[in-house]
Amino acid sequence: MAHGPQPGFKRWLFTTNHKDIGTMYLWFSFAMFLLGGCMALVIRAELFEPGLQIVRPEFFNQMTTMHGLIMVFGAVMPAFVGLANWMIPMMIGAPDMALPRMNNWSFWILPFAFAMLVSTLFMQGGAPNFGWTFYAPLSTEYAPPSVTFFIFSIHIMGASSIMGSINIIATILNMRAPGMTLMKMPLFVWTWLITAYLLIAVMPVLAGVVTMMLMDIHFGTSFFSAAGGGDPVLFQHVFWFFGHPEVYIMILPAFGIVSAIIPTFARKPLFGYSSMVYATASIAFLSFIVWAHHMFTVGMPVAGELFFMYATMLIAVPTGVKVFNWISTMFRGSMTFETPMLFAVAFVILFTIGGFSGLMLAIAPADFQYHDTYFVVAHFHYVLVPGAIFSITAGVYYWLPKWTGHMYNETMGKVHFWLAFIGLNVTFFPMHFVGLAGMPRRIPDYALQFADFNQIASMGAFLFGAAQLVFLFNVVRTVQGGRKATDEVWDHPQGLEWTVPSPAPYHTFSTPPAVR
Amino acid sequence: MRWSDNAKITAKLLALAGGMLVFALFVMPPLYNAFCDITGLNGKTGKKYEAVPASVDTERLVKVQFVASNNENMPWMFKPSVVSIKVHPGEPTDTVFLARNPTGHDMVAQAIPSLVPFDAVQYFHKTECFCFHQQTLKAGESAELELRFIVDPELPPAINTVTLSYTLFDITERVSANRNSDNKNTDS
Repeated sequence: MAHGPQPGFKRWLFTTNHKDIGTMYLWFSFAMFLLGGCMALVIRAELFEPGLQIVRPEFFNQMTTMHGLIMVFGAVMPAFVGLANWMIPMMIGAPDMALPRMNNWSFWILPFAFAMLVSTLFMQGGAPNFGWTFYAPLSTEYAPPSVTFFIFSIHIMGASSIMGSINIIATILNMRAPGMTLMKMPLFVWTWLITAYLLIAVMPVLAGVVTMMLMDIHFGTSFFSAAGGGDPVLFQHVFWFFGHPEVYIMILPAFGIVSAIIPTFARKPLFGYSSMVYATASIAFLSFIVWAHHMFTVGMPVAGELFFMYATMLIAVPTGVKVFNWISTMFRGSMTFETPMLFAVAFVILFTIGGFSGLMLAIAPADFQYHDTYFVVAHFHYVLVPGAIFSITAGVYYWLPKWTGHMYNETMGKVHFWLAFIGLNVTFFPMHFVGLAGMPRRIPDYALQFADFNQIASMGAFLFGAAQLVFLFNVVRTVQGGRKATDEVWDHPQGLEWTVPSPAPYHTFSTPPAVR
Repeated sequence: MRWSDNAKITAKLLALAGGMLVFALFVMPPLYNAFCDITGLNGKTGKKYEAVPASVDTERLVKVQFVASNNENMPWMFKPSVVSIKVHPGEPTDTVFLARNPTGHDMVAQAIPSLVPFDAVQYFHKTECFCFHQQTLKAGESAELELRFIVDPELPPAINTVTLSYTLFDITERVSANRNSDNKNTDS
């Protein structure tokens, strides 16, 4: 076995090393994050004033669609897979992932999927313009010709996610160091194990729904065409049967990251470890029986509305357990507020706000007022940006010294945090108000009375975007050099990853560690 | 061949993923349709009903309203001959919808029914309906489209009015595309 990476670009092309692949996932997702972010800024620039000034409505629709798709499938999910690749083998004392060649493949098909998706912007008829939820028949009968490329790119992303998940499950179940029982695993490993099962269960459903679209468009079937005896509402059921577990796919690993960071900086063990595991599993289970709360307005019987309303509210219980546990971990701890901790604390506060607006949306009779307004946009950005993005950022700051062997610049990290924190709230908080006042989502123009809040939101968006450049600069500088990090990096953090040197050598745990 | 632990779990998980794909493609749509048939959700009224001898409930009158609309770019004139009828439950009733193709070319249409309230769907039977077939009208041609229905005497007493709506879809292109592909198949 070679003891170091191959020189040149072949190292990255042919690597089967979990650290290299993790790094590639993370850089890829950051590139997608910036691309999707630029699209969000096009949206916010257009919405700075009422009326149409910067882009045509057709292009605006392409921006909302591509922003959603790229952020969900290109930024958040690959970032979590990247963190899983880097950290899971090191956390469970494994030398590498269980299926290293498949690991390489599952990464390298992603750039092709996204090249195909982004190339639709330059095609005749433009990119997909039907929203990231691509409801039929908007995405079938009325779709631009590029929809076929969109469908194939979704297929590839699905294949990539499924392979990544199989790899993660095989690693966790087969490669743990002796003594690392399931209930000793760090929560990040636990949440990823459950997330991987969710992915394997629902990514095929997504592949199925786009395949049905493909058949309707090109092969004359009528799954979603009422004229041929199909039903467009079926699309929404199948899509959200994928879509709701998908939102937990984007948040469960975040729970794991935060559960690693808060104990370190509160200098107390995590409160209620086993309840965290059970809460994660409960959330995963409940995610399969709440999908229709995204579609309260399609005309469901009252019994259906009630079932999905109560089932949705039930999710607040395990989620509440988690928030309670994080707060209890911090309670009377010797807390310090380094950058990862700042992001983690902000995660707890802001994710809870997003959870509360989710509860408001769960109330079926009230949802008829909020449905498809900016209130929904505010809600899911409050759970996804401070939820997924902040936790990924926190994880990167937390483990970056272990990856690179250098400490990042703490002052710059704090500047990044405060710019991002202020920018995020300035962007998304006013959206609650315009949404409740009736501003619909996905429309490039709006009534005059929404102008003030939209201007505030747009200014916040540019601030948030600028903050990410600080992050990029800080990470690049840390990779290049900086103060040497110790092996432990932080003040007595828990976990096997802190027992290896900083930077982590190319091969770790070639002989399994002893786990007490 | 001996399978390693990793190969075993990979095979299991791939089978799970494949099973979920089959579930999404081949189980969910029929399941959804069956669910809608049973519950009457989406107002999809059922297939052709074979009339069974039933007593007519002359004590009771139910108002049946008719709505006709065109999907998107469908150019036909399409309307019910009467907008509402009062019927006794159990009594077969005939009515017609009027359709005209005002364009200069032959067209094929399909009518899709929907009934509200959804609770009434399973008590509304059609023994004859133009929606069971495709409708072909030559350029400028008119037609009376026949409907014969029975309101079931078991209709819940709380329901006094039902509204039956038809949406007319232009399926000319779909039909000609299928015909072309059929021709191609017979040629070869």
